[in-house]
Amino acid sequence: MKKGTPVYEFSKGIWKENPILVQLLGMCPTLAVTSTVVNGVAMALAASFVLIMSSLIISSLRKIIPSSVRIASFIVIIATFVTLVDSFLKAYFYDISKSLGPFIPLIIVNCIILGRQEAFASKNTVKMSVLDALGMGVGFFLSLLVLSSVREILGFGTWFGIQVMPDFFKPWTIMIMAPGAFFTLGIMLGVYGIFKMKKSKGV
Amino acid sequence: MELILLFISFVIVNNFVLSQFLGVCPFLGVSKKIDAAFSMGLAVTFVMSITAVASWAVNNFILKKFGLEILEYVVFILVIASLVQFVEMFVKKVSPPLYRALGIYLPLITTNCAILGLALLISLKEYNFLQGLVMGIGGGVGFTLALVLMAGIREELEAADVPEPMKGAGITLIIAGIMALGFSGFAGLIK
Repeated sequence: MKKGTPVYEFSKGIWKENPILVQLLGMCPTLAVTSTVVNGVAMALAASFVLIMSSLIISSLRKIIPSSVRIASFIVIIATFVTLVDSFLKAYFYDISKSLGPFIPLIIVNCIILGRQEAFASKNTVKMSVLDALGMGVGFFLSLLVLSSVREILGFGTWFGIQVMPDFFKPWTIMIMAPGAFFTLGIMLGVYGIFKMKKSKGV
Repeated sequence: MELILLFISFVIVNNFVLSQFLGVCPFLGVSKKIDAAFSMGLAVTFVMSITAVASWAVNNFILKKFGLEILEYVVFILVIASLVQFVEMFVKKVSPPLYRALGIYLPLITTNCAILGLALLISLKEYNFLQGLVMGIGGGVGFTLALVLMAGIREELEAADVPEPMKGAGITLIIAGIMALGFSGFAGLIK
């Protein structure tokens, strides 16, 4: 795949430049809300929506925003969309909004979003920026899905709230607490490292 | 007494990094050397204390008074961004050696979620002025503690034989997990 083609810009975020596993961006929500799959998925969808909408707006305004105040302008645009998402969740999914707590407003300072605006949307066309944002969103979504699945299955014995482990299985409470989040993500990075090593040895 | 308990709670039990996952990015990024970690911690503590006061004042005297709570997020992030800018200019003028020590860490603080998280938590828990200030200082000291401890471990780690795929961020996260496990042992300290 060549750099600069629409397919490349979309797919790079999913594996090659995965925002969580490779760029290590947006760690706070990743670790904090993934104790259940529902929360993880809600977070990923909310953040992806903000990412795509801000990329759309910022890439179309890229020639108007003066470069000296660009960071402040990006943050205001991002914060506006976050307020939108937050009000939407409060109105239609009150329970999820309650359990995500301050982590929905914290999407504003999620480095994935600001990072993509600074590194990509402020320099590229609208079409490419939206594709880039979509790809990063999918990559973020998949990483959160894996992380929260592992934590919920081991920590509660359930997946999306449905019992999946046999009755004699004792839930590992540690997985839903803070240390479990760090351990699981650390092991995920290790597994990703093994894949990358195999590839670089020239299979 | 209640304030002292609140302080200890945010330094150890409810440590911002290890139990609330706020400020994990700088925790992973700036924890390679002890002195850099300490400078970063100092800068964060400083900004957190001021943010606690400023965001509390803005929230109570402006937003609540005029019923503008919907603008909370936009206003908080602007307050933080301009505070960081102001602190940077102030430190540069008053104490050039300190400015050089904090260097690039100051602007990075704007996107540190511990700061915005602090402002949001104070407003969410409806803390009063003193409680908010204590939370800001306690949170900053706790952040510094976690960061310096991590930097100390990582300096030793350079001599260790870590499996190839786990090198870098992987092993750092595992260590953070073990540290969080240790810190969770204090949970019974404060009810």
